[in-house]
Amino acid sequence: MKRLVIITFLASLGYGQGNAEHGKVVFEKLYCSACHGHDGQGGSSGPRIGTKPPAVAVLIAYVRKPAGGMPPFTAKIVSDADLTDIHAYLSSRPAPPALKDVPLLNQ
Amino acid sequence: MAKSTKTSFARRGFLKGAAVGAAAGATALVSTPQQANAQAPAAPTRGAAPPSAAQVEAERNAGSGAPPFIERPGADYMIDVIKSLGVEYFIANPGSSFRGIHESLVSYGGNKPEFITCNHEEIAAAMCNGYAKIEGKPAVTAVHGTVGTQHAAMAIYNSYCDQAPMIVLAGNRRDSSERRSYVEWVHSVQDAAAMVRDYTKWDDNPGSLEHWGESMVRGYHLATMAPQMPVMLVCDEDLQEDPYPDNFKGHIPKLPVNVQPAIDAGTANEVAKMLLAAENPVILTGKAARTPKGVQLLVELAELLQCAVVDQKRRMNFPNRHPLNQTLRQRPVLQQADLIVGLEVWDFYGSIHTLGGRFKTEARSITKADAKLISISANDLFFKSNYQTFFRNTEVDMSVAADGEASLPALIEAVKRQLTDDRKRTLAERGKKLGEAQKQALEQTRVAASQGWDSSPISTARMSMELYGAVKNEDWSLVSDSFWVSNWPQRLWDMNKHYHYIGGAGGEGVGYLAPATVGAALANKKYGRLSVSIQPDGDLMYQPGALWTAAHHRIPILILVHNNRAYHQEIMQLQRMAGQHNRGFEQCGIGTTITDPNIDYAKVAQGLGVEAFGPVTNPAELGPAIKRGVEVVKSGRPYLIDVVTQGR
Repeated sequence: MKRLVIITFLASLGYGQGNAEHGKVVFEKLYCSACHGHDGQGGSSGPRIGTKPPAVAVLIAYVRKPAGGMPPFTAKIVSDADLTDIHAYLSSRPAPPALKDVPLLNQ
Repeated sequence: MAKSTKTSFARRGFLKGAAVGAAAGATALVSTPQQANAQAPAAPTRGAAPPSAAQVEAERNAGSGAPPFIERPGADYMIDVIKSLGVEYFIANPGSSFRGIHESLVSYGGNKPEFITCNHEEIAAAMCNGYAKIEGKPAVTAVHGTVGTQHAAMAIYNSYCDQAPMIVLAGNRRDSSERRSYVEWVHSVQDAAAMVRDYTKWDDNPGSLEHWGESMVRGYHLATMAPQMPVMLVCDEDLQEDPYPDNFKGHIPKLPVNVQPAIDAGTANEVAKMLLAAENPVILTGKAARTPKGVQLLVELAELLQCAVVDQKRRMNFPNRHPLNQTLRQRPVLQQADLIVGLEVWDFYGSIHTLGGRFKTEARSITKADAKLISISANDLFFKSNYQTFFRNTEVDMSVAADGEASLPALIEAVKRQLTDDRKRTLAERGKKLGEAQKQALEQTRVAASQGWDSSPISTARMSMELYGAVKNEDWSLVSDSFWVSNWPQRLWDMNKHYHYIGGAGGEGVGYLAPATVGAALANKKYGRLSVSIQPDGDLMYQPGALWTAAHHRIPILILVHNNRAYHQEIMQLQRMAGQHNRGFEQCGIGTTITDPNIDYAKVAQGLGVEAFGPVTNPAELGPAIKRGVEVVKSGRPYLIDVVTQGR
């Protein structure tokens, strides 16, 4: 509960701004795409994080201390600023088409 | 690897007569069994000096009479036995230690079974693996002495783990005095099957033709009896090339009808009682359906019980769009189960536990503490110690040592006998709820597949669904594993026939897919099925020669290369280590990526005689490319498309 309050507070401070272009570079450099896909679409090895990622503060908190099989990315490995840029990149990913508009997904 | 004997003499019997001299040379090579027998006492001392040039000439001219020949070599009998078993294909890379069998097959045998030429023994053995999973019976492969067996070893291991039958013939020259060069020495072995004994079901090294015939039929019988596995039969070169012995009648032993080990009626009643009493029973299937009949039987049992079925995808066990198929909801379904009946489940423990933990493995059960577990599997009938294919011990309540598919009729009858009308109504309600839950899970899966739909590199969901869209109205067969593409075909294609899916490499040995899928396509060919494969790039580079075999033998198969330009899984493994050591992730591509230069798989395929297209990076171009490929494959030829893809 305490953690959630802090995260909410950080989010209110405006975390979430960032450079999407640089975020893409960092996202690829750290091989985040290996599990989450180049557009953060997710797959069998990692959940979807693209288009609508969690709030940047939530993202940073999770990356520092992840659950499950994801390795931790400490501040030594990736800065908060870089993670903010990754957040911006993930947010910039186009929304998927509506299912009704994709005949191949309705067969 | 040099395989052919380096001596210039084609007839191995020549040296036997060489020391006897030119006059005897004409009769040293015999034309009848009687002559051969008569000749035996006059055989020269072992290690005789090589023949002189004059002796060679004399042998070539062989006097004024008919030249000496062996008219009935032992290998002819071997071919008779192989034919009697209904073997369709002899899939091999040629090797001098089974040249006798090879020549008898293509001459005496009229190339029936058909010799399928491969560029590597691993390709040949893996083709047998794929073939068996479609056709339900073994093909024969042959390996050359030491080195051929070593090459084939991993594919034999995959087949052993996959429980797919295969007959491996190993050529060998046991009699050291008959070895002509250093090559024959280094290619000969005292115990040829030793190097694969840990992962074959049975092997033998026959000392006579009669023994060979009995062991070949016995081997076929054992290979096809559950659990089905490869067997190896050593073929001594003397047996292959010497003439029939005097008293040998060429009897071919009878192949018995295999009655697979099945659950007994009493135990079936007990299991049925528990299934009917359970509130949330689950049928967990690993490789429950070996045949088309197996799929029908499993559907019948599940529908009687209106219970959840979770398919572990080692074969196409249960139609994946059947309302009772709860594979998409595997975790919650297993968590809620009060009874789990495993049918040919390989790793029962891993199926009902999560194996997490950042540093050391932490196993946590996902089932209820009082959930009952029953295993019905032929695995209990065959155990070996060295290779760890028996997995962690599972605390099941009942373990039935019987073949899953063969046990289904007794289970169905037992359930029918005990099922009351009242219970039927209750079960129908349960089935309805399961169907609704499955519908929702399918919808969520479609939403997940739409993410990154227009991405480049192309998403594995897009690639999978473009392929399905192009073949869904054909009689298709997906001959590749779907694990490497996030299981999208398993999750979203309408699979309902046994040949719609055959699982992956049993031993998870990379290098399986390219040749095994060509072997499966070979089996599909006579049925006119459209074989399709999603082929990981790393796997393809282990055995790209399989493409040449597909081209040479006109084996129709559409191959989409899942070209993520990496040993993708290994990137993630390095990431895990880097995370444990807090050392950064930038270097995880070293040794794990397949770039600089990027491999042009279309050119690789074209160089091996397969029509190809690519690389395709724009998802909008993929559908039309696949349609063109389907047309080529329908005309009877293989076709490859290089698709540049996301990781999984």
